Amino acid sequence: MTTFLLEREDFPALLKTLTDAGYQVIAPTVREGAIVYDEIESIAELPIGYHDEQEAAFYRLHPTKDKALFSYVVGPQSWKRFLHPPEVRLWQAKRVEGGMEIVPNTQAVPRYAFVGVRACELHAIAIQDKIFMQGEFVDPIYQARREAALIVAVNCGVAGGTCFCASMHTGPQVTSGFDLALTEVLEDGRHYFVVEVGSDTGKELWKDVPHRKAKPEEAAAAQHIIEHTAAHMGRELDIDGLPEIITRKIESPRWETIAQTCLACANCTMVCPTCFCNTIEDVTDLTGGSAERIRKWDSCFTMDFSYIHGGSVRYSTKARYRQWLTHKLATWVEQFGTLGCVGCGRCITWCPVAIDITAEAAAIRQSDDGKGK
Amino acid sequence: MTANPMLPEPFRIRKVQKESYDTFTLELEPLNRPDPFLFKAGQFNMLYVFGVGEVPISISGDPHHPETLIHTTRAVGTVTKAMRQLKTGDVMGIRGPYGTSWPVDRAEGYDVVIVAGGIGLAPLRPSLYHVLEHRDKYGKVVLLYGTRSPDDILFRKELERWRSRFDLEIYVTVDYANPGWRGNVGVVTNLIPKAPFDPLHTMAMICGPEVMMRFTAIELLKRGVEAPNIYLTMERNMKCGIGFCGHCQLGESFICKDGPVFALPEMQERLNQWEV
Repeated sequence: MTTFLLEREDFPALLKTLTDAGYQVIAPTVREGAIVYDEIESIAELPIGYHDEQEAAFYRLHPTKDKALFSYVVGPQSWKRFLHPPEVRLWQAKRVEGGMEIVPNTQAVPRYAFVGVRACELHAIAIQDKIFMQGEFVDPIYQARREAALIVAVNCGVAGGTCFCASMHTGPQVTSGFDLALTEVLEDGRHYFVVEVGSDTGKELWKDVPHRKAKPEEAAAAQHIIEHTAAHMGRELDIDGLPEIITRKIESPRWETIAQTCLACANCTMVCPTCFCNTIEDVTDLTGGSAERIRKWDSCFTMDFSYIHGGSVRYSTKARYRQWLTHKLATWVEQFGTLGCVGCGRCITWCPVAIDITAEAAAIRQSDDGKGK
Repeated sequence: MTANPMLPEPFRIRKVQKESYDTFTLELEPLNRPDPFLFKAGQFNMLYVFGVGEVPISISGDPHHPETLIHTTRAVGTVTKAMRQLKTGDVMGIRGPYGTSWPVDRAEGYDVVIVAGGIGLAPLRPSLYHVLEHRDKYGKVVLLYGTRSPDDILFRKELERWRSRFDLEIYVTVDYANPGWRGNVGVVTNLIPKAPFDPLHTMAMICGPEVMMRFTAIELLKRGVEAPNIYLTMERNMKCGIGFCGHCQLGESFICKDGPVFALPEMQERLNQWEV
């Protein structure tokens, strides 16, 4: 694979190329003490010189000594909010003479360039592609946004305290699903990016960015950084045979133990880059003459989620936590051919009571004698 | 791009039929669609009441007469209660048909046992229509129907008419009798031991409350019906009907696209698990 070299001072040219090509650039930026994804207009809006310290129920930003652009991992948001928006209108309806008229959502499709997409997040996007685009039915809203989007990925130069992508085989190195992929290198007073081109669109854009071929030692330096990250994961999750174990342990007393801590607050599902569940709100205007349908993110941790006539199917927190973890680490495989977890660690960091999916999976595994219960 | 699966299609109500104090049947015809609304027995639609909301309801009509779309439902929630207020000429939205169907083709050459509990008769009626339309392809045909009281009997006139046939056996039982009722009293599972069918050559289709289906399956297995020949239809909360909303998951299954009709071995374990 040919790799290229982009000097730090030419990074603004990359952003300008994206903007000139008509993309709305979405990238990491600091807001209210956290790194979020939002539209940026200049490189100064990136979290330059920030590092994030993450642990279960803990997130703090610290200044670093260098001026690295990407020396942090993932924050509370994921790219999901741009491809599968938290709230979107599906259609509008009007009462008309002799019936009703239903008009599909005609909002313009945004053309996003995502800058700083990590390996775990590429896997998460690939998982949502399966859900919304590769089944019997296709979600036109997701599809339009997804097909218009450009991805500039970044190989992680550091691992976070709650990261476990290495054991999930989803990172830290990006391997597919990107248009351009960067590895940031700061050494011996130099600051540059080693760049891979991953698509024809990426190739076309790359022509307009000042660059040269990377020297073997520069490419090696980048590779060394990724290997260092892989070796310093904050956590790990042993997935060998895990779906079968979790399926067997559906009556494990561990679920009751965790339910005594879990607040059923749904934070884990909101920050999760693969969670896709949603609900519908049908509303009318005051005259009752026009109506619309809104789709919103939903969570299997709410009581309403499983409501059918007579009550909720999963009325206990125990059943709801079990549903979530079982879905992520077991039933997802039969549904979509992959686990529903990419090891990004968000659910651990943003759980207000420090519940750790890796610890829970390990506890379930440890209690398994191969016989169930 | 393929058709947008999230857009309801307008249908006009041609007839509203009250079945009991809380159940009703709607006959609908499409406003714009040139083709008939083809469906398979056991499939469901998402029904939209303007401005109120959308609910999944099984089709209760005859698959051989797709020119009329028929739904029978009970008014129990916000949407179904609003639906009960609709009148002939009103327009509602339809998306579908969705989901798996009853094994009417697989059942050819077999005895057919249909076990319904309460409103569960509605999703089974299309398979009865199918079996009766192709009567010579099946062995004995038996309907076992349990409902709350004689006043709750669905499709009463039709059942009375069918009962006069010599090639169809219908047994009805009620939870609570009233004066004048001379039929069976008790749960529908009581009817299974003496029902006239050959268990080794039987295809069974069950629809009713989950607990009723669990015990019906047990009784059928006791009679010797093989588990892969027993089918049932499951219910869960459903927002989209097309596998996007996640609400209808039951273990690895999405009820909307992997079901609602399942062969018993796919559900046997789940029927004995709580809160899944």
